[in-house]
Amino acid sequence: MDLSDIDPIKLIATLMVAATPLLLAAIGELVVEKAGVLNLGVEGMMITGAISGFAVAVETGSPWLGFLAAAAGGALLSVLFAILTQVALANHVASGLALTLFGLGLSALIGQSYGGQKPPPMAEVDLGPLNDLPVVGPILFGHDPILYLSLGLVAAVWAVLKYSRMGLVLRAVGENHDAAHALGYKVVRIRVLAILFGGACAGLGGAYISLIRVPQWTDGMTAGVGWIALALVVFASWKPWRVLAGAYLFGGVTVLQFNLQGVGIAIPVEYLSMSPYVITIIVLVLLSRDKSSAPGSLGRIFHASS
Amino acid sequence: MIRLEKRPQPSRAWSMATPLLAVVATMVFGGLLFAALGKNPFVAIQTIFWDPLFGEYSFFYRPQLLVKGAPLVLIAIGLSLGFRAGIWNIGAEGQYIMGALAGAGVGLAFYPLDAWYVFPLMVIAGALGGWAWAMIPGLLKVKFGTNEILVSLMLVYVAELILGSMSTRLLKNPEGYGFPGSRNFNDYPAGNSWIAQDLGMHWGVAAALIAVIFAYVLLNRHMLGFHIRLSGEAPRAARFAGVNPARLILLCLGLAGALAGMAGLFEVAGPAGQINIDFNVGYGFTAIIVAFLGRLNPLGILLAAALMALTYIGGEIAQDNLGLPAAAIQMFQGMLLFFLLALDLLTNYRLRLAVKERT
Repeated sequence: MDLSDIDPIKLIATLMVAATPLLLAAIGELVVEKAGVLNLGVEGMMITGAISGFAVAVETGSPWLGFLAAAAGGALLSVLFAILTQVALANHVASGLALTLFGLGLSALIGQSYGGQKPPPMAEVDLGPLNDLPVVGPILFGHDPILYLSLGLVAAVWAVLKYSRMGLVLRAVGENHDAAHALGYKVVRIRVLAILFGGACAGLGGAYISLIRVPQWTDGMTAGVGWIALALVVFASWKPWRVLAGAYLFGGVTVLQFNLQGVGIAIPVEYLSMSPYVITIIVLVLLSRDKSSAPGSLGRIFHASS
Repeated sequence: MIRLEKRPQPSRAWSMATPLLAVVATMVFGGLLFAALGKNPFVAIQTIFWDPLFGEYSFFYRPQLLVKGAPLVLIAIGLSLGFRAGIWNIGAEGQYIMGALAGAGVGLAFYPLDAWYVFPLMVIAGALGGWAWAMIPGLLKVKFGTNEILVSLMLVYVAELILGSMSTRLLKNPEGYGFPGSRNFNDYPAGNSWIAQDLGMHWGVAAALIAVIFAYVLLNRHMLGFHIRLSGEAPRAARFAGVNPARLILLCLGLAGALAGMAGLFEVAGPAGQINIDFNVGYGFTAIIVAFLGRLNPLGILLAAALMALTYIGGEIAQDNLGLPAAAIQMFQGMLLFFLLALDLLTNYRLRLAVKERT
């Protein structure tokens, strides 16, 4: 075992790649939860995005079209959730679980003929001499465009929620849907839009795994990232920049344990692979005492009685 | 324009009818799905729902109904108690694995001792294994208010990794020529859960029936059952009635874990035969569908589990005969839960044709 084999600069660069699926899914779910909807189907939407993105990218040869299809696929699946919870007034928890179970089955079905294929690679953003800078170069530059998109998305979500009228209305709906309804806001319409946004983000996150991070298709390849994203929103206290910090922290844990496996540390592989899940639980415990920042109407069913 | 009007009381008639309607709707849409996959939908539906029961080889498939149904009933009964009280344990799959590991570990420790007490000890260890695994989210929720949904689910992935480690190292068969997987319990009579293998009868089936009766009595005739229902339907009222929420959480999670653990043990000591990497096949997740489809009612769960077991077996036949992918059945089951949740609208609300009032 030789820990000096682990290159810290490369570690940080790969950490960002490892964290991006989680970041995309979590920032989408943050918006959904801010609107007062608890969608536990993130895992299902991610895996659906992963396969629809993969299939379209392989068929068309364009990773961009793949990502577009992934966002559409995730959003399309989330429509089912929107119908269940906003129109049929079904329980959020049960509907989210149904979405995950359905998404896992659907993706395995579509993915049957795509095992062992290679998706077209996505070109990294070439910033010329900036890439060659020492230390900063490999960390900040030379990533794929989707990674930058995810960072931009965090900033956009933060700005919209904090400074725009749209963000204020969204938060109002999430905090107290009855009051928002009384003020004349279309609670259901706003929530459906939020759910669609969350679905699209989760789909992108899934496709990031199947097209860039792995890149290939295997059944159930999201392996709980969707669930970790849900946990991440909770321990980021529904704040976008904390989601970013949390996602990169988890990316770090994932990459570090892979590296430790690589240098042959004397801990069995399975126990290293457990670490992201165990750490999620530990962080949840440490940070879940403070529930005050949760949206007031989170997970409650809205029915306009008059 | 259709308007929804909340019913003062959930409709009993609709509550019974919606699962049946959901099954019919799933068959219709499932048929369309099979047609889209290029299979004859009528043949596919017949293969899944009719052939295992009344087809040419039904004598072979009928016992399978008990084998697949028993773990579903055991797990779903445990889950339903929690779901009724608003406690969302969705990590039954992990509890199932840990129960199987604990029980099998005890059994393998006694191997090759031939004594009557080996199997009962394995069952107890299995229940304890599942119980302990469920206590993790339980205690964390009680002590720190941690979300039990996320913790129990994370623990499924942890349990799967422990399973992988156990089947390649600690519990590996020393005479297995280096292949992963433990000794086979079917070669160890004292640690075997079969009662009559030809009939598909094993101790898990017996335990499942006992669990149904136990849950029925608990929910309908016992104060604790009333408290469970009360906490789910009116948490504030439950507080005033003197229900201790922490105790209830630990109890519901513990029972669900113990039942899932036992289901895992009965499976490993009989139908599965050995601990191996691919030991778990998703009963813990399907049981969630079973619990809802059975209306969280013990007798309903029995029927729902039979139906789900049928789709498992029928799905396998359809895989062999029609080349229908295994994932199609998984999707089919997810679809069933969708329709059920959507149709439940009719149980809780009345649809009214609203006439626009002119003023």
